[in-house]
Amino acid sequence: MSLVDVTDLTVEFGALRAVDGLSFRLAQGAALALVGESGSGKSTVASALLGLHRGTGAVVGGSVRVAGTDVRAASEEELRRLRGGRAAMVFQDPLSSLDPYYAIGDQIAEVHRVHTRVSRRAARARAVRVLERVGIPDAARRSRSRPHEFSGGMRQRALIAMALACEPDLLIADEPTTALDVTVQAQILDLLHTLREETGMGLLLVTHDVGVAAESVDDVLVMRHGKLVEQGPAGTVLAAPAHAYTRELLAAVPRVHVRREAETLESRAPGSGDPAALGQGGTGHESVGRPAETEDVRQPDGPSADASDEPAEAAEAAETAEVAETAETTEAAETAEVVLEASGLRREFGRGRRAFAAVDGVSLTVRRGETLGVVGESGSGKTTLGRMLVGLLEPTEGEVRYRGRARAGVDPTVQMVFQDPVSSLNPRRSVGESIADPLRARGEKDEARIRRRVTELLERVGLEAAHYDRYPHEFSGGQRQRVGIARALAADPRVIVCDEPVSALDVTTQAQVVALLGELQRELGLALVFVAHDLAVVRQVSDRVAVMRRGRVVEEGPADEVYESPRDPYTRQLLDAVPALDPAVAARRRARRRSTERREPALT
Amino acid sequence: MSRLSALKGLSSLSGLSGLKDINGLRGLSGFAVLSGFGGFLVRRAVGVVLTLFAVSVIVYVVFYVTPGNVAQITCGPRCSPEQVHQVAQQLRLNDPLYVRYWHFLEGLVAGQDYSTGTSVEHCAAPCLGLSYQSDQQVTGLILTKLPVSLSLVFGAMVLWLVLGVGTGVLSAWRRGRPTERVLTAVTLAGTATPVFVIGLILMIVVCGELQLLPFPQYVNLTDDPEQWAWNLLLPWLSLALIEAASFARLTRAAMLETLAEDHVRTFRAYGVAERSIIARHALRGAFAPVIALNANNFGSAVGGAVLTETLFGLPGIGQELVHAVNVVDLPVVVGMVLVIGFFVVLANAVADVLYALADRRVVLA
Repeated sequence: MSLVDVTDLTVEFGALRAVDGLSFRLAQGAALALVGESGSGKSTVASALLGLHRGTGAVVGGSVRVAGTDVRAASEEELRRLRGGRAAMVFQDPLSSLDPYYAIGDQIAEVHRVHTRVSRRAARARAVRVLERVGIPDAARRSRSRPHEFSGGMRQRALIAMALACEPDLLIADEPTTALDVTVQAQILDLLHTLREETGMGLLLVTHDVGVAAESVDDVLVMRHGKLVEQGPAGTVLAAPAHAYTRELLAAVPRVHVRREAETLESRAPGSGDPAALGQGGTGHESVGRPAETEDVRQPDGPSADASDEPAEAAEAAETAEVAETAETTEAAETAEVVLEASGLRREFGRGRRAFAAVDGVSLTVRRGETLGVVGESGSGKTTLGRMLVGLLEPTEGEVRYRGRARAGVDPTVQMVFQDPVSSLNPRRSVGESIADPLRARGEKDEARIRRRVTELLERVGLEAAHYDRYPHEFSGGQRQRVGIARALAADPRVIVCDEPVSALDVTTQAQVVALLGELQRELGLALVFVAHDLAVVRQVSDRVAVMRRGRVVEEGPADEVYESPRDPYTRQLLDAVPALDPAVAARRRARRRSTERREPALT
Repeated sequence: MSRLSALKGLSSLSGLSGLKDINGLRGLSGFAVLSGFGGFLVRRAVGVVLTLFAVSVIVYVVFYVTPGNVAQITCGPRCSPEQVHQVAQQLRLNDPLYVRYWHFLEGLVAGQDYSTGTSVEHCAAPCLGLSYQSDQQVTGLILTKLPVSLSLVFGAMVLWLVLGVGTGVLSAWRRGRPTERVLTAVTLAGTATPVFVIGLILMIVVCGELQLLPFPQYVNLTDDPEQWAWNLLLPWLSLALIEAASFARLTRAAMLETLAEDHVRTFRAYGVAERSIIARHALRGAFAPVIALNANNFGSAVGGAVLTETLFGLPGIGQELVHAVNVVDLPVVVGMVLVIGFFVVLANAVADVLYALADRRVVLA
């Protein structure tokens, strides 16, 4: 009997059909990923498996059987026994998913006691054991900490420990690593993998990240608009997708091991992967040119695990051979005018004993027409650096020079595009008004001219003139980010600092926004500083890359050099942690990570 | 988020929010070395003293600029101009404001001797002066009135917390069902009815018609605890009914907010019963706003329960203060206002400590 058996599942919220006739099965001990972009209904499916829609007004149709329980027909009592006892769920945001007021050990013990008749003391001891199991150091003491005293990775470990406490047959993980840094993500995925090997529990992974899915599961189910698009073994679906949408989705995923491709891409590879379907150039997001890898992952379960290494390594070697070629382009870039120069930037926060330097001695130059990628994990100081470059923050030490002059305060020719396209636009003003702000700030008073210029900008970023009078809530995330870009352009900048401009967007939208930035750069000769945590995205947009850690730049150089032959061990660690799109490569890297972990235990 | 802002709103309602912000003092007075709980208490105590100082200055100034001949009022309508002049001399009404204020501070710190015509009366250290009207020492006067007010407010507070939070929990649990609608209606009616209506109805029904209780008459707690409680039951109830509704609504809102949070979803997804979720997780979220509102209500009720005191004939602070304002009895007013201010600030400080104990993320800065 299957562990999960879903037949013709529909979930409706009022008029909205979030899940539409979905059927799938999951065998005992198997692992399946539901992959889709936001709004595809994948999380709704996960909630439906535990009957979490009950009492919310959502209408659930079809049949859902989990571990022998008919979820739709089950009584409250049966449902409670299923939840946690047979099937446990790990949620996306590990901070908000734990009660801030209680010690972590107590929360795990509480859940454990719901399902087993044991004393408080025994439940508490069990909590410490599972915390130890998921790799929390000094678990007995740490179990008395409250969630805010844990780092993001430790909180996610604690949630997984909570799931383990009741020894479920099925683990449902809803975007378990989305809120985490890439190195921590790798640790959590490795942990899930190990636990599955040891306990034999089934895994249902919900994720928007194809790489995360490739790392963790046997089978992949691609969803779109609540419907099944494609289902099959991970290797097959990811290597040779049968459906156009899956191809489009995969094409949009930025690859960390593929060099930034020139804008001639479309002319070079017409029709392959249908880049036109993306609407944009899809700069460097194409998966062409690696047939060797595609070939061998067709049989990921076969005995070819070792053989698959070979062609992949060969592909990597081929890439290295091309370094010389790129060196020329960077040389050409080096003659361009330096538009932004930062020297010895340092920024402290807090006073007295609590003071710490978020940015500590960073020097950078950005040339005309060039993109400098700044990559680092959370807390590395990359956003603080970006803000200082724009002049939103004054450095404690050092200075920012703009075209050779020391810059005082905010300069209109250095603009910023912010991470969150929702909160960085005023919800009470039309987007046209928001875009017009820099114009008005410059002293432009002629309403007709303002309107003309804003309309021009709207069209330039791929929106319509009619959007002038619309309000931010009427736009999608990608469109809002286009508005943010239009606003930055309004001041005729020479430099735009983009702080995580695409991290809140789906991959296909991400690819479009990145392409737009590239186009604008070429046309207007803009210099871009692209601050992001996503190594693959940074590689696909940057000429040069600076890797930040704890406020310092640990490595800086031409993008391909940094990615293909990293000098700093931290850069290597980061690159190793990026999920691979190919399950075989993922397995190989996992083995490599495990061996290094044994040598130097993880910090989180 | 909204809970925190509710909290801030409440503390600014108390009119003392500026005092919460005594962090600025740290740089000035070297308090930066004090950290942790002890440091918090010291900073808080300094804050209380500074607040009371500011309050007393304001009261002095307000009374100074208030029109009306204080000596005439104090002496009585039939006094001759000579007598009025003599009273003014005696009360030092002709001294400049700062001299009078200095005199007041002196009395507060070191005590004061007052000559009442023939004899000299010593007023010991925390001396708030003598009443213009009765020549009674204000400190003593307050000490006789304060137990009455505190008895009333403490008892009422326990009742309004039990009634208000209880109702709030019930209506959050039974949200959207008839129970909730009935509870909402009842608590709203409670708030909308003035205390003298509720109090009168209670008195007429309970004491008059049913004769369950004698008409309330204040009995000292130390004299007879049982009689003290029985006599205060109706005043407690009428004061608590007024306040309970706001606690019910606040508790309900805070709990519903918590129930919508991700961590509650976690516990639901692990099969924890709704009962435990309400009792352990959602109620905890209501704790912070409730203590903030309670601090505010407690503080203001110490001096503000005039209607209740008057209705039930309780000789408390509120009643005395109203009387003193009417006859421009400055020392009594200053004394009473200081005592009330003390309790408002104290209640807020206690609330901050409780809040920090309840939620370890809050640092006592």
